[in-house]
Amino acid sequence: MATKETGGTTRRRVLQCMSWGTAGILWTVTGGVPRAHALGEQVAQSGDFSFVQVSDSHIGFNKDPNPTPDATLREALSKVAAMPRRPAFLLHTGDVSHLSKPDQFEAASGIMKTAALDVSYVPGEHDTINDDGKEFFSRFATKMSQPGGWYSFDQNGIHFIGLVNVVNLKAGGLGSLGDEQLQWLAKDTGTLSASTPLVVFAHMPLWALYPEWGWGTDDAAQALTTLKRFGSVTVLNGHIHQVMQKVEGNVTFQTARSTAYPQPAPGQAAGPGPLQIPADKLRGALGVRDISFPGTKPAISDDALAS
Amino acid sequence: MDMPGMPSMKMSATPVDVPPTAPNAINIDNFAFSPKVLTVAAGTKVTWTNKDDEPHTVVNAGSPPAFKSAALDGGDSFSFTFTQPGTYPYFCSIHPFMTGTVVVK
Repeated sequence: MATKETGGTTRRRVLQCMSWGTAGILWTVTGGVPRAHALGEQVAQSGDFSFVQVSDSHIGFNKDPNPTPDATLREALSKVAAMPRRPAFLLHTGDVSHLSKPDQFEAASGIMKTAALDVSYVPGEHDTINDDGKEFFSRFATKMSQPGGWYSFDQNGIHFIGLVNVVNLKAGGLGSLGDEQLQWLAKDTGTLSASTPLVVFAHMPLWALYPEWGWGTDDAAQALTTLKRFGSVTVLNGHIHQVMQKVEGNVTFQTARSTAYPQPAPGQAAGPGPLQIPADKLRGALGVRDISFPGTKPAISDDALAS
Repeated sequence: MDMPGMPSMKMSATPVDVPPTAPNAINIDNFAFSPKVLTVAAGTKVTWTNKDDEPHTVVNAGSPPAFKSAALDGGDSFSFTFTQPGTYPYFCSIHPFMTGTVVVK
């Protein structure tokens, strides 16, 4: 929950609603009070702006627990199409493909187009194997993209920043932003008022979630110093194929589910490979994320493909 | 380490490297290179084999890298013949926390 608790009644209602489970529930927040809506329910058009994050589609992966990640990506987009409020656009936080192969990018792009929504992409490390992302950027770069592939844009008074932290990785290191990108970030946000809500999206987590498995970014601290003065910063990451959250001052970090396969919780397996789960549990471990901004702070709903 | 409910995951109980079947072979298993340090004579061909479900690469940490594999999916192999003595640290460029060394005498 991204809202501050304002009193006992609110907390009780939240706990009541939490018992409905995490699948197929859309949370909206009005005046600081969270309200839960089942996905089929008509939500009054309040003019609030929303968008959806999808992540880690790994098109080209063909093993257990999900030999058909293209099918589950289509299911995820069907879920988006069924949302009571049509999102303004999609963010894809990387690992679009599994092996950076052209036919995998082609297939992924084709499936994403069926959503009939603009998609803003950032690469994962599976998208930049051996070519520093050349094939990826040739397909998914935007007209705002800097040479290194990072970019920003504004929508509905919110400043969106797409960062690349999966190129020039060093032996023994984590994700990496690099000095050029960090300098650009300072310049890009330098003239913004501190009350501008920021949404920063990048593939690898921008906090040291679990360095033993490479789950972090070596030079994220410098980026966070630049962003520290802003009143509302939402960081959206992928990479770990599960939802984890952290709040640090005005910054909320969220990693997302994959649309392809889950991974183990930190330290709960020998390594961060695909987590083998029964077929009937798979769709409960995959999902998309709906984000709206009723005010300057986000309302976030993580929707699994099935309950 | 206790791992209930995941019978298909392999786990080493201790940090000891399990020697692979051939003397100049390195296995990539559970996001680790095994053996982590391999010592060979100059002129030896070393072969890495990926036993994981995830793809990995083998990239020398030098600049420029002395060797660099393509993406190795499960079951794929990569070989390099070390002609020059020296110490060759390498890593997986997809999962850079995975590191190893080949020492060539």
